[in-house]
Amino acid sequence: MTANSNDMKSSRRAFLRGALAAGGAVAGATAARAAGPDPLITEVQSWASGLGAPVDATPYGLPIQFESDVIRRNVEWLTADTISSINFTPIHALDGTITPQGCAFERHHSGAIELSKKDYRLMINGLVDRELVFTYEDLERFPREQHVYFCECAANTGMEWAGAQLNGAQFTHGMIHNMEYTGVSLRTLLTEAGLDAAGDLSDKWVYVEGADASSNGRSIPMEKALDDVLVAFKANGEALRMEHGYPARLVVPGWEGNMWVKWLRRIEVADAPVESREETSKYTDTLADGTSRKWTWVMDAKSVITSPSPQSPIRHGKGPLVITGLAWSGRGAITRVDVTVDGGKTWQPARLAAPGQKMALARFYFDHNWDGEEMLLQARAHDETGYVQPTKDQLREVRGLNSIYHNNCIQTWWVKPNGEAENVEIS
Amino acid sequence: MSKSLNLYGGLALGSVAMLTAAYNFADRNVTPFPTDARLQGEAPSNPDLGFMVRPAVASTSTSDGPLGIGRVALPEEVAAWDLDVRPDGHGLPVGSGNVADGDELFQDYCAVCHGVFAEGVDNWPKLAGGSDTLDRDDPLKTVGSYWPHLSTAWDYVNRSMPFGNAQSLATDEVYAITAYILYSNDLVDDDFVLSNENFSEIVLPNADGFIIDDRDETELPVFSQEPCMENCKEAVEITMRATVLDVTPDQTAAREAFIAEEAAEAEAEAAEESQPAAETAATATEPSEPAASETAAAPATAALDMELVAAGEKVFKKCAACHQVGEGAQNKTGPHLNGVMGRTLGSVEGFNYSKTMAEMGAAGAVWDDESMAAFMTKPRDYVKGTKMSFAGLKKEDEIAAINAFLHSVSQ
Repeated sequence: MTANSNDMKSSRRAFLRGALAAGGAVAGATAARAAGPDPLITEVQSWASGLGAPVDATPYGLPIQFESDVIRRNVEWLTADTISSINFTPIHALDGTITPQGCAFERHHSGAIELSKKDYRLMINGLVDRELVFTYEDLERFPREQHVYFCECAANTGMEWAGAQLNGAQFTHGMIHNMEYTGVSLRTLLTEAGLDAAGDLSDKWVYVEGADASSNGRSIPMEKALDDVLVAFKANGEALRMEHGYPARLVVPGWEGNMWVKWLRRIEVADAPVESREETSKYTDTLADGTSRKWTWVMDAKSVITSPSPQSPIRHGKGPLVITGLAWSGRGAITRVDVTVDGGKTWQPARLAAPGQKMALARFYFDHNWDGEEMLLQARAHDETGYVQPTKDQLREVRGLNSIYHNNCIQTWWVKPNGEAENVEIS
Repeated sequence: MSKSLNLYGGLALGSVAMLTAAYNFADRNVTPFPTDARLQGEAPSNPDLGFMVRPAVASTSTSDGPLGIGRVALPEEVAAWDLDVRPDGHGLPVGSGNVADGDELFQDYCAVCHGVFAEGVDNWPKLAGGSDTLDRDDPLKTVGSYWPHLSTAWDYVNRSMPFGNAQSLATDEVYAITAYILYSNDLVDDDFVLSNENFSEIVLPNADGFIIDDRDETELPVFSQEPCMENCKEAVEITMRATVLDVTPDQTAAREAFIAEEAAEAEAEAAEESQPAAETAATATEPSEPAASETAAAPATAALDMELVAAGEKVFKKCAACHQVGEGAQNKTGPHLNGVMGRTLGSVEGFNYSKTMAEMGAAGAVWDDESMAAFMTKPRDYVKGTKMSFAGLKKEDEIAAINAFLHSVSQ
């Protein structure tokens, strides 16, 4: 393997030297002409004559070595330590909409725990006809569902309220992932326990709690619990990863990530919310006058251009350029994304790679012919309810600067003539 | 514990001009909770709720009634897990605790992160102070200034604290610590006793500081206008740049390493003629240390009881919030513990030890099974004035295990 990559690098370097020597001849041509034959083509390469890796070389595969920098990253000053912390999905380097589990952001409050299927128990208690305990095997016997949903931390983009701060889409917008979940509807499990004891369901709640030491728990109104909430045990076709709540987690479509309780161990039907730490002292949005909004569960429509961006600069010079990004809404499906290259003087609709799905990431492309001048890039999401992603100033007018959570503002990248990009705010 | 994200790194790093002018147009209408008819198992349609979204039409599973899966939960099991406490006191067990006891417990279990007076250490959450700061820039949100319900504090201490040793406190201890947190926020006197009986009389200062999500009224109409597509503004100027702040982690390290590698190869290529020299250089940089340390380590490893080491690693979770071990371990709230066994007390460079610890070290005291066991049993008795706010380990087998683990990281 090592020999292959070295050969490749030196060959490429030789080719690049040739291309550089050709210099001006390339400029202005519709298709560049090589200075000389490309040795990658004219010479027999080691991988074209020798043998590659056998099957089973890696029983569970990791990305090829050349992608080793496409990983989750942490911002150390955000938290006191890494046990109770968060990291960020490398969205600047991904395409499509599904986030591979191995690089999907993590948020733990007392560390990611190793809880085996054998040791897993899920309890339903409170205002139900039968208080029940399920094993993991029990969960697999209920009728299953499959859905693709995004999970966004309420604090995503939270560092940007007071100004442009972090220089990279991974850090400004990477507290998000999007996976295909397999699991059992929470409605099915509640039906198993029976809700007659709860009486009128319209003012009832379910409290959901994890098995880890943080006891992270959240109160969810019964209407949502009976609507589309899932108890998921597979993501993207395979078991959940430890850091995402193996063996079972809650999926609360469109609502803030903190409610997606991992290592789910208990579901309590109650006549009032618990008002736990994570739904009072945290994940509440303080307005400029000092009052705070609570129960701000839904994640509003949002988008970001993932490339070009500070971690994904333009290296190819002017000419055809793929501008791409992600859009999502907790209120429903994305119907349209607009893109501007001039800081919002003129907008044009981007192309959705596929029709938007409810509460799932949508991928958009904007095929641009770059003139090599600086650009102020922005994207603006629209969802099926008619909601249009606001500017940062619009949000600040309503909320002030201290909200921390639920910042779904339009993001600006300043692309310079050399192709580098920077996180900026504009007038 | 520190779930608190410190969202403004720039502030910590000094001079940053932040935007201060902002208006609050939020009106205080509260969305009433839906009071419509009893919901049915089949996901009812309820168009009145803006924040609710209907499920996709296809592929939702249906089950008409119980399938008979699972088993009935026993009362003891429900009691063991159903611990949450609500604002009205629902779930609160019988018990009581006073401020003085709470003070002592707080110093033992909490102060290492939250500070002696609940004022917080480093990035760990501050639990006291901050009154009248919620409408200012960078408000200080503590139990006293922000939390609406005392039940939340009691519940969180009871179920989730201390960090790394959750659910280890007795009921009366939780009452006492909660009483001390109230005291540290100047909300009760020093002779106060908190109990299940007077619990609901305590009203926190910010109890009325919350409104239910009103985005559908205050934001949705404004953010649902058809936006401008052409000639939307005359001029655009950059008003703030992230690189000026420079608080982004060095995400380019990998890229730079790649570039450096390429550069090194290019050099090597340029020096193709003088290959022997390059080879010599490579050999010279090869470290010879590993071989030596492997030989030295081998006999000691054999002497360790690996089961005990594994047990000690589990016990060490109580210590891990403050002490790092292993590759790249650094001083945190406590000094790193690589090589601690056999090390002179108070001798890790760059860590600011208590006077006593430093003096004991200067007098020649060394960490071994005996001294470590004495320190672990009663830290503050063994080293008077130690900065380590850890109550100690009560069980002898835990101490034996932690010693074994510390030996394992000392080779």
